[in-house]
Amino acid sequence: MNANIVRYSVDTEGIATLAIDCPGRALNVLNREALAAIYAAIARAIADPAAKAILLASDKEDFIAGADLDMVLAITDAAELKAATLELHRYLRALETCGKPVAVAINGSALGGGYELCLACHYRVAGNRPSALIGLPEVTLGLLPGGGGTQRLPRLIGIRAALPLLLEGKKLKPAEAHKAGLVHEVVAAGNEREAARAWLRGRIGQETLQPWDIKGYKLPGGPVQSPAGFETFYAGSAMTLAKTAGNYPAPHYILSCVYEGLQTDFDTGCRTEVAYFAAAAMTPEAKAMMRTLFFHMNQVNSLARRPAEVPRRKFSRVGVLGAGMMGSGVAYAQAMAGIDTVLLDTTLEAAEHGKSHTRRLLDTRVHKGYMSAETRDAALTRIYPTTRYADLDGCDLVIEAVFEDRGVKADVTRQAEAVLTPDAIFASNTSTLPIGSLAEVSIRPQRFIGLHFFSPVDKMPLVEVIVGAKTSPETLAQAMDYVRAIRKTPVVVNDSRGFYTSRVFSTYVREGLMMLAEGVAPALIENAGKLAGMPVGPLAIADEIALDLADRVNRQTAADLGAAYVRTAAEDVTETMVNVCKRIGKKVGAGFYDYPAEGPKRLWSGLMRHFPSTAQQPALEQVQRRLLYIQSIEAVRCLEEDVIASACDADVGALLGWAFPVCHGGPIGHIQQLELPRFLAACRELAVSFGPRFTPPALLEKMAAAGESFYVA
Amino acid sequence: MTDAYIYDAVRTPRGKGRKDGALHGTTPVRLAATALTALRDRNRLDTANIDDVILGCVEPVGEQGANIARIAALYAGYDIAAAGFHVNRFCASGLEACNIAAAQIMSGQADLVIGGGVESMSRVPMMSSGGAWAADPDVARRTHFVPQGISADIIATRWGYRRRDVDAYAVESQRRAAAARDAGYFGRSLVPVRDINGDIVLDRDECIRPETTVESLAALKPSFVEQGTKIGFDAIALQRYPDMEAIDHVHHAGNSSGIVDGAAAVLFGSRAAGDRLGLAPRARVRGFASIGSEPTIMLTGPSYATEKVLKRAGMNVGDIDLFEVNEAFSAVVLRFLDALSVSPERVNVNGGAIAMGHPLGATGAMILGTLLDELERRDLSTGLVTLCVGAGMGTATLIERV
Repeated sequence: MNANIVRYSVDTEGIATLAIDCPGRALNVLNREALAAIYAAIARAIADPAAKAILLASDKEDFIAGADLDMVLAITDAAELKAATLELHRYLRALETCGKPVAVAINGSALGGGYELCLACHYRVAGNRPSALIGLPEVTLGLLPGGGGTQRLPRLIGIRAALPLLLEGKKLKPAEAHKAGLVHEVVAAGNEREAARAWLRGRIGQETLQPWDIKGYKLPGGPVQSPAGFETFYAGSAMTLAKTAGNYPAPHYILSCVYEGLQTDFDTGCRTEVAYFAAAAMTPEAKAMMRTLFFHMNQVNSLARRPAEVPRRKFSRVGVLGAGMMGSGVAYAQAMAGIDTVLLDTTLEAAEHGKSHTRRLLDTRVHKGYMSAETRDAALTRIYPTTRYADLDGCDLVIEAVFEDRGVKADVTRQAEAVLTPDAIFASNTSTLPIGSLAEVSIRPQRFIGLHFFSPVDKMPLVEVIVGAKTSPETLAQAMDYVRAIRKTPVVVNDSRGFYTSRVFSTYVREGLMMLAEGVAPALIENAGKLAGMPVGPLAIADEIALDLADRVNRQTAADLGAAYVRTAAEDVTETMVNVCKRIGKKVGAGFYDYPAEGPKRLWSGLMRHFPSTAQQPALEQVQRRLLYIQSIEAVRCLEEDVIASACDADVGALLGWAFPVCHGGPIGHIQQLELPRFLAACRELAVSFGPRFTPPALLEKMAAAGESFYVA
Repeated sequence: MTDAYIYDAVRTPRGKGRKDGALHGTTPVRLAATALTALRDRNRLDTANIDDVILGCVEPVGEQGANIARIAALYAGYDIAAAGFHVNRFCASGLEACNIAAAQIMSGQADLVIGGGVESMSRVPMMSSGGAWAADPDVARRTHFVPQGISADIIATRWGYRRRDVDAYAVESQRRAAAARDAGYFGRSLVPVRDINGDIVLDRDECIRPETTVESLAALKPSFVEQGTKIGFDAIALQRYPDMEAIDHVHHAGNSSGIVDGAAAVLFGSRAAGDRLGLAPRARVRGFASIGSEPTIMLTGPSYATEKVLKRAGMNVGDIDLFEVNEAFSAVVLRFLDALSVSPERVNVNGGAIAMGHPLGATGAMILGTLLDELERRDLSTGLVTLCVGAGMGTATLIERV
């Protein structure tokens, strides 16, 4: 079986080619079988007297996509992972010290372990394929390069140049990789093997070693223990901690690998790296990140929740009603995906203005060299601004992005449906109004669905697909096809108040406001939110949303729910801010914060008057727990009420929708991370102290009683 | 237990710790030897009687490295029988050296010991010895390292010292130092630094600026904004102190201790040894203490060290006539005053490191001498020296005239 993975051949010039080709997969991935085959081939090439030089190559379109995360995630024993990683190091070390020249033809992407294999070669040639990416992105999954990446890259290009690549996990295009020193040569795609051979030919017969194995080697940029090294690690350690707040171990471990490993010989450095790698892979953070960012993201993007019997639908022409911020953002996403867009507004001027949003975004891309002027022009011709509903003729889908007003929405629905063919879909981008109620005016409610985009549309990858009571499975399936067509990620949500993301996210803000009412110091609330990994504190968010808007929504909800409505101290705080303090948020420069013309926003000093802080303040950990656990509890309620289909959708939606801290994997992932019994106990305690909103939902009690968990690992 | 007595104390003047400073051309060994020589000569010591020479030194590398205490003693012509070693308790090194000297006597294991310190900050700059705390990523992360200036700004923020408060304190330090210098109060301890020909290189503290006003200081930009915001130390401080919204950066070169060169030496002995050599004791060491405190705020140690030493001595703050609290940063002293409710009239009465500078390894021994001189001049009895210390520590020494 292994023989099929690496094809070994020696040509008449004495160049042994090791061509990697994992059978039955689109990409080469370093799993157990592939590694075993590569080790065997390396050993063979080193021992083979006919092999005077060694060339590593791939028979796939790309070189190697990285290590198999299934394999990494499945290992739960650090010792086992250490042993496996040390074996990798032994073979890579044998390869680069065998004396024979070793080159690699990087024909496409070489990422993670794939690029680490390249680093153990003496000469790296990259083919200039537009889709090719080279780098060590392990940190983005909570891991670190465990195949020598933290040792070889700094020894190759210097500590200062290597650290940002290791710490940010940036993937470089071949030309950028060449400039950064990651590859020796970039050639036209398809010529990389020949270029590598040419280099090997010139080296045959000469002992070839890595720079760091040659006597007199000096680390580029100076050693760790030098003024420059001190400064690098002094600043690097601080910047990293400032950024992670201690929530993400991997970047700190990477720094330590470089700091410690670069002060020792190469082999000791590798052992240091192996220890940190195994430690990182065992952290709950890495497991959560691999699970949600890789496996669950792939699952959601492969439309696991799509009704399978419905044939795929292509979208060539889509109408957008309303050329405001959301509508013009959707038009941009469609134009980028090659979909003809009818952008309709009440005046041509407004519709044109919506189109100019796309022009601005595309101009920036052209300016930055990400896009050619021709591609931009082609994309722009796909947006057709208009005021006439008749132009919606032939659309596969029409999305309304008009004011959140039932009357306006009903009007545009009727006008559009008059033009649409029976199989066309009508979607509403509402963020607050139940889809079922909007569908009441529709003459074809089975073709009516919600597509809840997030602002700014060009940056936010999530779309909530809201299924109304009458929405057909066919409509759902095709709406999901559309979301994928514009390269966004759909999570399926059943119609309910706040849908999924707004409903869960609002608990974070509400908890913050309730704490303020209780007398928790506002700075502590805000810092606790940020230190827990949320991008912004709850009070700052409330300011951004605008307190008058929140107040209106609160009153509307109270009216809608009648006796079922439960008023909390959070609503009192909002009301006080609006009616007493007359501070409605960031848009007027005055909310919980002051927004001075110069310098950062500062908490309004008057808060102490209206919401005095108690003398005894809670511990940071308790404030953080409240802010995070309340979200997890609400996400479980959404699962319980079938608002969202699965834990995996709930987690992906949380990460993409409101930047829930990825170190926990998502609100459900966080429960998994804490382990259900512990989470339950903590919630019960919180319920006693702070009220029944922390009472664990029945689903959790049931699962705990049955010894179940949301995820296997 | 044997009582430890102070028989004499000397110090060099403090020279500006830059290349245009008067002492920049004087090696640290020669600086230390200047103090050791003066102590020997004016007490007519037979240095064969000296059990040990202990010098504080915070950057013990390069020409300050490899045990400068022993080398300076040999260089000063001390008898080979006088042993020597250096200690590093960061900014309290000079005082710690004195405490260890006293401890050797109190424990009955030595009769005559010199404590002191040396630092040529112009020749061996701060951070020269590197270390793991700030740079080793695993250490820095676990301990929430921030540089001292950020710590001082945290103190100012938490205790509400605004810019005008810390600047006003600095102006008063300059005024007091200039007045003391002009009145000759430093004369008893101060020994000039001479070159190889015997010509005077520096005979008075070089940095005092009596012309300083709150208005002139207002022009200075805060020193730690960049470190706080660009490198991220403010964020790290808030991780440790999440009840603060932001750090108010108020410290700058004018309200922080100056970078200077200097050395000091203090002679400790038992009563019996003094009697034998015909020396009159000037003060008795009542006690000393060091403490560890939270390392990110770092500089709150003086009040805790003071409380500890007073408690062990069975004394109260009110029993202390004069204090020397090292002026690492204005906020450190202001917080000490608030924490222990001490009147500023009893603290740093002749100015401090903001005016005269802080030669890291030497300062503790220097201000011990300053305190003793002032107790004698005012004919008071009890004094306490304390310094804040890097990595969250504090050291204090309690003395009483005899």
